[in-house]
Amino acid sequence: MPKPHGGKLTNRILKGENRKKAIKTATSLEKVEISKTIATDTENIAKGTFSPLQGFMNQEELENVLNHKRLLNDLPWTIPIVLDVPQEKAKNLREGDDLALYFQNKPLALMHLEQKYKFNKEEFAKKTFGTLDTAHPGVTKTRQMGNILLAGKIGLINEPKGPYDRYKLSPMETRVLFKEKDWRTIVGFQTRNPPHLGHEYVQKTALTFVDGVFINPVIGKKKKGDFEDEVILKAYNVLIENYYLKDRAVMSILPFEMRYAGPREAIFHAIIRKNFGCTHFIVGRDHAGIGNYYGPYEAQEIFEEFPDLDIAPLFFKSFFYCKKCGGVTNEKACPHSNEEHIIFSGTKIRTIFSKGEMPPKELMRTEVSQVIAEHPNPFVK
Amino acid sequence: MNQETKKKPKQKKFTTVSIPTPLFKKVEERIKGTGFTSVSSYVTYVLREIVAEEEEETEEPFTKEDEERVKARLRALGYID
Repeated sequence: MPKPHGGKLTNRILKGENRKKAIKTATSLEKVEISKTIATDTENIAKGTFSPLQGFMNQEELENVLNHKRLLNDLPWTIPIVLDVPQEKAKNLREGDDLALYFQNKPLALMHLEQKYKFNKEEFAKKTFGTLDTAHPGVTKTRQMGNILLAGKIGLINEPKGPYDRYKLSPMETRVLFKEKDWRTIVGFQTRNPPHLGHEYVQKTALTFVDGVFINPVIGKKKKGDFEDEVILKAYNVLIENYYLKDRAVMSILPFEMRYAGPREAIFHAIIRKNFGCTHFIVGRDHAGIGNYYGPYEAQEIFEEFPDLDIAPLFFKSFFYCKKCGGVTNEKACPHSNEEHIIFSGTKIRTIFSKGEMPPKELMRTEVSQVIAEHPNPFVK
Repeated sequence: MNQETKKKPKQKKFTTVSIPTPLFKKVEERIKGTGFTSVSSYVTYVLREIVAEEEEETEEPFTKEDEERVKARLRALGYID
């Protein structure tokens, strides 16, 4: 099993007496109400999904991540993990004090405020997303952030509850699971869509070389028009049940808000799966991208900068259905012309469902299509 | 200076390492036409690769009790028999 990023799995979950004490203390501390994104990040820090982070980044750490794509201890790290508050709120907070982080009016975590600092939103957006175009959701979100960032270690008091918790496993749990299954090599697959045949072929091609596949859909805030979380989970359940060996595939969710930071986010996704215990990670075309902000294979090329990532990326070109080959193949294997190819396009599949139709079986398994077609609201509105 | 802009003294992020001049020149030749912009960036890359490979294995990040508790949850959720 690979080591967690930085060598040790972070555990900042308060338990027993410590938790009871923290719940009591929280009511008397300065209260900071946080967003769903920050609440999810807090949970991921506490459970070790973001190991070795133990809290939100301070100024020096943030600058290092933006400028060098590394933490201060030289470990690869590409996405800022920060907690923002409005300037007005920050005035009441003192460095050195403990704070109570509240989510939906309930105490979620305690935080020791190590530092509060101003940050340059333009620099943050430009370096993270590679653009200042406000049509990019990450850029818009950065502009809407509070002007002050809070840094410090956290301790989780209450786990955020969600409708899909039965599919939620922590890195400690996946590591025990992989050990129980006697998997030594595990490939992680990141997704935010129900599976079409192209996804299945990528996973199964990777599976040929490893012991197991870890399918890890991102659950959380998405863009308008994306598939609903419930649809993705049901679709994967039916696919695994009908087309995968039970002992070779595992699905659990990742509560996380996509940043759509393309290449930087691909590295971050790999780090997260390394913490879950994966030895390999699938990076496809335009991984974590949006619009035309990143080159189609930029998210693969960035891995060249990180010889010390300690999780092996598996790069795939796009798969397609070839009418002449009579099956799913890719440009490295198929000699036929483009006219013979049916491309697995997410947009095309969404359009088909929006019209109340079902995609052909060359694009998507019938069982998967049925799950989507039968759902009253398959898309985020 | 107000509290928000106060900075801690910064740690030095780069330092100098001496290598033999002929080796430096060989590396300089080797990186021509590659993505490496300097001998320093090449040497950093190679050292990071070597250091990552040689890092010692750490102990399991969880105790036996943790493991049993986790197994019980995994069983209850149907992940293991």
